Amino acid sequence: MSATNSKFLLTGLTLPDGTASDLQIANGVITAIGKTLAKNSDDQVVDLKGSVVLPGLVDLHTHLREPGKEDAETVLSGSMAAAKGGYVAISAMANTSPVADTAGVVEQVYALGQSAGFVDVFPIGAVTQGLAGEALSEIGAMADSNARVRVFSDDGNCVHDPLVMRRALEYVKKFGGVIAQHAQEPALTKGAQMNEGDISSRLGLKGWPAVAEEAIIARDVLLVDHVQSRLHICHLTTAGGVEIIRWAKARGINVTAEVTPHHLLLTDDYANSYDPIFKVNPPLRTQRDVEALREGLADGTIDIVATDHAPHPAEAKECEWQEAAFGMLGLESALSIVNQTMVQTGLLTWEGVADRMSLAPARIGGYENHGGRIEVGAPAHLTVINPTQSYRVDRDLVASRSRNTPFHGMELSGVVQATFFRGIPTYLAGQLTSIHSNGSYSKSQGGTSL
Amino acid sequence: MKHLLSINDLSKSEAIAILDTAQELARVSDGPMKKLPTLRGRTIVNLFAEDSTRTRISFEAAAKRLSADVINFSAKGSSISKGESLKDTAQTLQAMGADAVIIRHGASGAAQRLADSKWMSGAVINAGDGTHEHPSQALLDAFTIRKHLAKSGEDLTGIKVVIVGDVLHSRVARSNVLLLAKLGADVTLVAPPTLLPVGIESWPCKISYDFDSAIIGADAVMMLRIQQERMSEMFFPNAREYSRYFGLNSDRVKVLKPTTLVMHPGPMNRGLEITADAADGARSVIVEQVSNGVSVRMAILYMLLAGAPEGELVGITREVGAL
Repeated sequence: MSATNSKFLLTGLTLPDGTASDLQIANGVITAIGKTLAKNSDDQVVDLKGSVVLPGLVDLHTHLREPGKEDAETVLSGSMAAAKGGYVAISAMANTSPVADTAGVVEQVYALGQSAGFVDVFPIGAVTQGLAGEALSEIGAMADSNARVRVFSDDGNCVHDPLVMRRALEYVKKFGGVIAQHAQEPALTKGAQMNEGDISSRLGLKGWPAVAEEAIIARDVLLVDHVQSRLHICHLTTAGGVEIIRWAKARGINVTAEVTPHHLLLTDDYANSYDPIFKVNPPLRTQRDVEALREGLADGTIDIVATDHAPHPAEAKECEWQEAAFGMLGLESALSIVNQTMVQTGLLTWEGVADRMSLAPARIGGYENHGGRIEVGAPAHLTVINPTQSYRVDRDLVASRSRNTPFHGMELSGVVQATFFRGIPTYLAGQLTSIHSNGSYSKSQGGTSL
Repeated sequence: MKHLLSINDLSKSEAIAILDTAQELARVSDGPMKKLPTLRGRTIVNLFAEDSTRTRISFEAAAKRLSADVINFSAKGSSISKGESLKDTAQTLQAMGADAVIIRHGASGAAQRLADSKWMSGAVINAGDGTHEHPSQALLDAFTIRKHLAKSGEDLTGIKVVIVGDVLHSRVARSNVLLLAKLGADVTLVAPPTLLPVGIESWPCKISYDFDSAIIGADAVMMLRIQQERMSEMFFPNAREYSRYFGLNSDRVKVLKPTTLVMHPGPMNRGLEITADAADGARSVIVEQVSNGVSVRMAILYMLLAGAPEGELVGITREVGAL
C-alpha cells in the first residue's frame, strides 16, 4: 500500500447515526458515502466490517513534554500515540521547559507537530509568565503567531489570583480566545496526594478536598459571566463541580468543561495499593463522582472528553506515592474507555461520542479544519473503532515514550482499527504512518497492543 | 503472613498469638540469659529513613535477643541522604541477602511499596510509615493493656481506651484503632476537629471533641505527641489552649480510676500534651511500654521469620522452658 496514493475505499462501516455505509476518500477529502460504493481502479480497499467510523478525534488537553522533558515524550512520540488512539488533532499543554509563554515556543511546538505528520498539534499558550500566576504572558503575540493560539492555560497550576484570572478572561476576548482553567485552590491542596475521604483518612495520605476544585469553578463561572468572555474548565472530577457547571449553563454563562477517560473509569479505591501509577492531578475520586461525571457527559453538562495525557519516565513512578509525579497516559486508551463507560452503558450514542470527542473539542479550541461531520467534500479526518473487540492493555506495547498507563493488565473493550488524517491512514492494521512518509509505511516504532 | 505492613494484615487470632508469644518471650528478657538461638544466621536490616531512637533500638534489641545478625541503615550519612531511591536501596539490601527489612519511612505506604515491588524478596516489617501505620507500636500497646487489665490468651473485650491528640498525623492512632477494635476494645478518639481526618466516620471507633467527658470510666488513656511544626499550621490557636482542652494534667488524672493506665508512645512533649506529674504518676505505664516493645517485636520477628504463626507457640514455650 502506498500512502501517497491516497485513494481509499473503506467498506463495511457504520456511521455515527447507525447507518451502514462505505466511504470513499481521495486526495484528503471524503468523496462518496453510501452503501456498496463502486471501487475505482486505483482505490485501496480496506475492509472494516463491524466497525464504527467517527469524525477524527480531537484532544484539547495533551502533555507532549517537548521542549524540556524529551525523556518522557516528544512531539513525535506523542503524535504517534495520538494517531494510534484515533486522534487527528491534539493540544500541547504549555507546561514545558521553557514554558510555552512566548510566540517562539508555541511556533516551535507547532512546527514540530507539522513535521511529525501524524496529527495536527495545536499549542496551548500559558496564561501567565512561567506559569507563576502573577503576570500575563505574551498572549497576543502567541495568538498572532504561526501557531494561531486560541486556548490559554496554566494547566498543572491554577490561575488562582482572581484579578489575574479576570484580566486573562478579558484579554482573550480580543481574538475570541478561551482560558482553560486548572481548578485547584492552592491553599487547600498544599502537599495533597489523593482525594480527601474515607480512603485517604486510612492510608494517611494528605487529602485533596473536592471543595478545592469546586470553589475555583464557582468563582470563575461568576467571573466569566461578569466580563462576558469564554471559560473552559479542565478535567472536572467532582459531582459538585458538575452541579456548578450545570447551574452556570442554565444561567446562560459561557463555560465549557472536560472530563478525562481515567476519571470516567477509576476511583480512589486504587490508591489502596499505594502504587503511584494511580496518582494523578486532579485525583481519582469516588464512585459517586464517577457516576455524576458520566451523567454530566451524557446530558451535555460536560462538553468533551480530553485525555490529560501525562507521560512520565519510569523513575517518576517507581517510588513512594508521595515522591511520585502526578499523571497518567491517556491517548491510546481514551476511545476504548469512552466506549466502555458511556456507549456500552447506554449513556451516549456514537453521535454523542462524535460530538464529545471531535466536534465539540474542535469548536472550543477554534480548530477550523477539524470536528466536521462526515460528509462528502469534508476533509478526511476519520477514526474507525471496532466497539465489540476487546484487548488487554500492555504498557510495553504503547506508542508513547513513557509507560505510565494505569490500565496495564486491564481488559478494555473497543479497539481502534484505523485513523485517517488528511486522507492518509496514519494508523492502520497496527502500523503507524506519517503523512510525510514517501510511498511506504514507516516502521511502527511503538508496536501495537493488538 | 509474610509481611507486617498494617494491622489489617493480622487476623484476630494472629494478633492474640503475637501477644501470647510476646508474653512467653518476656520471660526470657526477665531472665539472666537474655538470648535465644532462634534466628541464628538470619540477617535483619533496620532501614530507618527517618530519625528514630526507641523503635530502632527496640527492634535491634529484639533481633539480637533472637541471635539474628542486625545491620543498621540510617538516613543520615547513608546513600538515602544522597538521594538514592527506595528501589535502589531495596535492591542493594536484596543483594546483601537480607532476610527481613524493618523499615521506618516518612512516606505513607513506603513499607507496602517495598513489599509489593519485585525489588527484594525478604519479609518487610513496617516500623512506621508517614502518617499511615505503626503496627508494632499498636501491638505493644495492646500487650501493655492486656497485661494489666485482661488475661493472657484473651482479647480486650469491654476495655475502654481513650486516645487523645493529633490523630490526623498519627500512625500510632491508626494502628491502635484498628488493633484495639479488632480485639474488642471500646475506642474513643479525642481531638480538636482540625486534627481528625475527613473520612474518620468510617473508622471503627467513637469520636469526641471533649476530653473531660470522654475520660470518665476510661480503662486506658493514650496520649499522642503534638509535633512542634503543627503550631504554625493553624490546627489550634496556641499551645496553651491545646493543653487546656486536650492535655493530660493532674486535674484530669484525678478523675481517672485508680486502675486506669496512662500511656504515651513517646517521645513526650512534657507540658504540652502531658504534664510531668501525669507522665510520672502511679498510673503511668509509659516506661513499661518501652520494655514491652522489645518482647512484642521479638514475637513479630519470631512469627515472620521462624515459622508458622500459631503452631509454633508450642516450640517457643519449649525453648523458653529449657533455659
